[in-house]
Amino acid sequence: MSVAVTTRRVGEVFVLDVSGRITLGEGSSILRESLRDCAATKQPKVLLNLEEVNYIDSSGIGELVSGYTNIQDAGGQLKLLKLTKRVRDLLQITKLYTVFEVFDDEATAIQSFR
Amino acid sequence: MTERSGQAGPDLNLELASNLESVDFAEEKTLEIAARCGIPEEELHRVGIAIREAMVNAVVHGNRYNRNKRVHFRVHTNPEAIAITIGDEGGGFDPDALPDPNAEENVLAQSGRGIMLIRAFMDGYAVSPRPGGGTQIHMIKNLPGGNTAG
Repeated sequence: MSVAVTTRRVGEVFVLDVSGRITLGEGSSILRESLRDCAATKQPKVLLNLEEVNYIDSSGIGELVSGYTNIQDAGGQLKLLKLTKRVRDLLQITKLYTVFEVFDDEATAIQSFR
Repeated sequence: MTERSGQAGPDLNLELASNLESVDFAEEKTLEIAARCGIPEEELHRVGIAIREAMVNAVVHGNRYNRNKRVHFRVHTNPEAIAITIGDEGGGFDPDALPDPNAEENVLAQSGRGIMLIRAFMDGYAVSPRPGGGTQIHMIKNLPGGNTAG
């Protein structure tokens, strides 16, 4: 299974529900396009829900980082929601866990953008 | 392509095309063998990522998707460990020359984490020139109850 991304709006926040595997090829390019769309808006507030993502390779990690920096450059914020243990481990190994703001609860995450 | 079974465990010795389908194939085949060897679920996930990263290095950075170049994929098991070697036909690289992806100035780099993940997820790891040209990555995962340290 590759990756699927569904985008919804909660107030001013784009919530991207991601499922599947974020790996080099189709998986990372679908996520890249979704994040690029968000970065093209004014001061984007983006919450990436990774609850249904059990597999990310280094290319997928690269897309998360790229999305983070692009959205910051656009004056916005990218935050992460509901990491699986595997994704959390990967972010810890790559020292990115302290870079991203991570939430377990969507309402709390949405509030944090205000 | 050849596939053999022997007393020491299943062996694979394959030449694969330089494309992303080969990456998926090598990961899937390695995980089948690793599961049969009793590697637990969470460690299987880590082995899978390591194989994927090594295959992507070979296909993308080594062979540069060149359809005339092959990826050399070998899996060997013994009672102590599973050993995987992935070789390319590229120009070679020096792993010691790679920037540390966890250095403060590199944490937000978009790429360069593959080798680090292999080192983190496998029990043994070595890069060497491949006989005949290119580079090979040799990886070892110890089996539960085995005596090998790596």
